[in-house]
Amino acid sequence: MRRYSVFAIAREALRYHSGWGKAWRAPEPKKQYDVIIIGAGGHGLATAYYLGKNHGIKNVAIIEKGWLGGGNTGRNTTIIRSNYLQDSSSAIFEKARSLYENLSQDLNYNIMFSPRGLLMLAQTHHEVRGYKRTVHANQLQGVATEWLTPEQVKKVVPIINLHGPRYPVLGGQWQARGGTARHDAVAWGYARACSDMGMDIIQNCEVTGVHQQNGVVTGVSTTKGEIGCKKLGIVVAGHSGVVAEMAGFRLPVESMALQALVSEPIKPVIDIVVMANTVHGYISQSDKGELVIGGGTDGFNNYTQRGSFQHIEETLRALVETFPIISRLKMLRQWGGIVDMTGDRSPIISKTPLGNCFINCGWGTGGFKAIPGSGWAMAELVAKGEPGPLASEFDMWRFKEGRFIDESVAAGVAH
Amino acid sequence: MLILECPCCGVKAEETELAPGGEAHLKRFGPGSSDEEFEAYMFARKNPKGVHFERWRHAYGCGKWFLAARCTATLEVFGTYPAQTTEPPAELIAKIQAKRPDWKGWK
Repeated sequence: MRRYSVFAIAREALRYHSGWGKAWRAPEPKKQYDVIIIGAGGHGLATAYYLGKNHGIKNVAIIEKGWLGGGNTGRNTTIIRSNYLQDSSSAIFEKARSLYENLSQDLNYNIMFSPRGLLMLAQTHHEVRGYKRTVHANQLQGVATEWLTPEQVKKVVPIINLHGPRYPVLGGQWQARGGTARHDAVAWGYARACSDMGMDIIQNCEVTGVHQQNGVVTGVSTTKGEIGCKKLGIVVAGHSGVVAEMAGFRLPVESMALQALVSEPIKPVIDIVVMANTVHGYISQSDKGELVIGGGTDGFNNYTQRGSFQHIEETLRALVETFPIISRLKMLRQWGGIVDMTGDRSPIISKTPLGNCFINCGWGTGGFKAIPGSGWAMAELVAKGEPGPLASEFDMWRFKEGRFIDESVAAGVAH
Repeated sequence: MLILECPCCGVKAEETELAPGGEAHLKRFGPGSSDEEFEAYMFARKNPKGVHFERWRHAYGCGKWFLAARCTATLEVFGTYPAQTTEPPAELIAKIQAKRPDWKGWK
């Protein structure tokens, strides 16, 4: 792999940029691998990357039914934060956030991490109490968040209307080191680094079956033939339930559509990320000037990657009453992704009833921010066969045992 | 936009009038059941990519609960029926089988 650097740009500038190679190879699958990861999204690629980097396992294939990073990794609103209530959640999300800080250097790929600050608005007294509680919990967990008064909120985001028609802004929870990153670049950077380590990223290859012998996984059937493996990692987000069924077990997840949209590009108006969970909308401005907007999930099971119109209306209504300045903006694009929701709104990083088969799913509406930490924890689980400290609470048997990591009420489920 | 005909009042209701209520025909388990049964009842919802039976409420209409058969991969609605039943009507099952020959059945 040729390193990207200022010298490389200067050299290529002198020869019409003819010397840039492909960022990753497009190999045909081999017959056998040590580890197969199903799903070349952010989480799958990060898992493979840390398998190679932290655990020296490089005979790895990452199988993707579509194109790399074309699922939820390319469909989210790129928000990064770690202001969760429960210790185990804030540990893994803070690990991810801290890895994001150096990820561009680590991968030699500019992921455009922008720790611009993230504000969660409190618009009811219940929310005020909830977020103050989270701020206190975060202080104990070593996650830097603070409480802002309405005046301080107005200062960090001047376009806000503090006295909205339905809910006044009563304050906010502020994480100065939260922000955004370029979502595609995260997938591309990991893919380039994985390919450089000799791993095979096989795109347009759908898994159609999982093989097992004596309760241990032996390989997968794909649209490009049979591929054998010693260990299997399932990291497929919305379709986790479908792949788990192939592997012979049922997951406590439901798949639903979550939508996002962007406006036409305008001059800079908002230089932080704002989330308003009571009225249900969140917003940031991309480097191109588009406002990146998201809302809540549709309430019913759906695999179609498109959502309902009234949810777009609901989200925009919420944002227009919070930021009246955007009321005449045109929306450019709108899309949906399929998110896998668990009962306690926390992810699953777990061994499974099938031997040597591991699963990483259930990130629901907030997976992007977790990519590096999730990959780190999943790689440790796959390499050692047992979860490390980051993943140990997130096993799939917690639902049976009643050990929920309940983030559904406390931290606000909109991501 | 999703349109479901409410079997209680006969109105063809569109999505904004309706509230989704999750999987239909759940068998409930409570005190005295095994851990596995209770976990499955509480959390292990059917999440098929294909035919799905689910509960809906005509929230901004007659207010009544009813059940619907819908395809989660195409959003096609096969039919709706009253909630006062323990299984889908036979004619609805026959209709789905005719449209989806690979379908493995509602259980």
